[in-house]
Amino acid sequence: MAQIFHRSTNFISKVSVFFGALLAALALGGVMGLARAPYLTNQNVTREQPIQFSHKHHVGDDGIDCRYCHTGVETSATAGIPPTKTCMNCHSVLFNNAGYLEPVRESYRTDKAIEWVRVHRLADYVYFNHSIHVNKGVGCSSCHGQVNQMPLMFQASPLLMQWCLDCHRNPEAVLRPRDQVFNMDWKAPSNQAEIGKRLAAEYKIPSVDQLQSCSTCHR
Amino acid sequence: MSTRPPYNTADARPVSPILEPGHTYASVTDKISAIVLTRPTSLGWVAGFALTFTLVMVLTVSVAWLVAKGVGIWGINIPVGWGFAIVNFVWWIGIGHAGTLISAILFLLNQQWRTSINRFAEAMTLFAVACAGLFPLIHTGRPWMAYYMFPYPSTMYLWPQFRSPLIWDVFAVSTYGTVSLLFWGVGLIPDLATLRDRAVTKPKQIIYGMLAMGWRGSARHWHRYQSAYLLLAGLATPLVLSVHTVVSFDFSIAIVPGWHTTIFPPYFVAGAIYSGFAMVLTIAIPLRKAYDLEDFITMRHLENMAKVMLATGLIVAYGYYFEWFMSVYSGNKFDLYLTKMRFHGPYSHFYYALILCNILTPQLLWFRKVRTNIPALFIMSLIINTGMWLERFVIVVISLTRDFMPSAWGRYSATFWDYATFVGTLGLFTMLLFLFVRVLPAISIAEMRELVRHTSGEHE
Repeated sequence: MAQIFHRSTNFISKVSVFFGALLAALALGGVMGLARAPYLTNQNVTREQPIQFSHKHHVGDDGIDCRYCHTGVETSATAGIPPTKTCMNCHSVLFNNAGYLEPVRESYRTDKAIEWVRVHRLADYVYFNHSIHVNKGVGCSSCHGQVNQMPLMFQASPLLMQWCLDCHRNPEAVLRPRDQVFNMDWKAPSNQAEIGKRLAAEYKIPSVDQLQSCSTCHR
Repeated sequence: MSTRPPYNTADARPVSPILEPGHTYASVTDKISAIVLTRPTSLGWVAGFALTFTLVMVLTVSVAWLVAKGVGIWGINIPVGWGFAIVNFVWWIGIGHAGTLISAILFLLNQQWRTSINRFAEAMTLFAVACAGLFPLIHTGRPWMAYYMFPYPSTMYLWPQFRSPLIWDVFAVSTYGTVSLLFWGVGLIPDLATLRDRAVTKPKQIIYGMLAMGWRGSARHWHRYQSAYLLLAGLATPLVLSVHTVVSFDFSIAIVPGWHTTIFPPYFVAGAIYSGFAMVLTIAIPLRKAYDLEDFITMRHLENMAKVMLATGLIVAYGYYFEWFMSVYSGNKFDLYLTKMRFHGPYSHFYYALILCNILTPQLLWFRKVRTNIPALFIMSLIINTGMWLERFVIVVISLTRDFMPSAWGRYSATFWDYATFVGTLGLFTMLLFLFVRVLPAISIAEMRELVRHTSGEHE
């Protein structure tokens, strides 16, 4: 009786066992990698805005405090996007003829808000409050990165739940004295472990159990 | 020293053989492989397949509607959040147990009568596990999120709740499915090679050839095959006990009256084997008739299975008795009230039906006349399977509708979609069996050849 399979099938079948396992491992690793990739998290992706507003210029060069525009950050859940009036405080006199600021003046004239494109979007089922973080010594740059060096805004952190929990499980590592919260260039000092512990006690940061309880963020 | 047996052998009743005499290696191989390769597809097969395929379509529609509308289309609500889905899950997974018991434990115990029933019993196990696995999956309401139940490196830094028996279930059932599939697949290899060698068309040769994985039947092949089979049997053996034990933990870990008892694991395992053997009989009786396999699946097999049913049925009866006894003996008012609800509550007719099906009916199996009466056995196997389904219904529904506080009491009734899904899985199970008998040898050819050698001395 003639052979059904060619001799080479022996080799192919043995190799295919190895490649089958390899393929499965690669597929699994690929999915795990993709879930963390900027492609899905939008980390480091700059967005086209109606006006190419530069945080680097306003914060880094001019030294404007975050709270000058994001007025709600110490008192409410959202930091707040400034109204056009805030822009016009300066731009009614500075660069008041610049062509690329025309959308700002138009918005001011017509009383229609500039439609900024949102950069940081958390899932709807997450309850996040800016004020509690800022008031308990978590600095802006801990999550948003060094905004004073960003010509165009991008999301510096992955905003994955594991990223939230990194900090909720070990808040001492990032706690700052209150006067350093809005400092864009803050770096953890060498004795942060000690300072962090002291600040956590001072701010009455709850236990890790409470910080990572489901209902702290999912209400 | 006398060699005379302690009784007069002439008085002993004749034991029917496990393989009718007169069979040779060739006749066994011909007969079993013919079902797959040469026998024309009968009208009965086509009709049966068409009917069960229709039921699978019912299942498809039910699941699609469930995904579209959510679990609200079922009768479940607070306080009965489990309902048919969990009743059916436990019922199906229990049925699977007989296959593993026959193939693994009876193999290790050298019970030769397992030989002609192990293959289709294992197939039954796999199909039952498939039906069982479907229910918790769709009961989650979002089956596409089911991977959450596996411990994988998630971006949420979260693991499943390892203290929850529902997660133990995931491990128990997926291990069970995997090991059963491996065991079945390894056992099939020599037979697939037989089919490959006997197939006449090229596509069949190629398909069976690939599945046979280059089996040539050399002494080295047999040596490795037998060690692998023995190891897998050893691996599958604890699963017979562990899987339904874990399933029983779903209930007994909770503090709900009627669930929180230590008798659950052993009595669930016995119940699983009980219903499993009933299902093996339900399948074996039509199978041997339709494909003239009376020589291979003999009266001895049917009688032995009937005896196993009787034994496990008695263990189950003991379990029921102790559930009742413990509630009375403990004097716990919630337990007592639950027991009262079983006998006099709104679902008492289920409980009485359960006692009739599971405790009273199988007592007929004490009589040899009944054990050797094929129609009676077939009907009894159906009754026992119904009874085991009722048992799970009683456990799930009566306990959940009569929790500790009267304010938490409620009622449960299944909807059309509950029934449609259940009937759909019955269709899926049967359809897979129909396909199985036409494409794979329903009885292990290689092991039957071995049996020919072992039993040829018996009748000389």
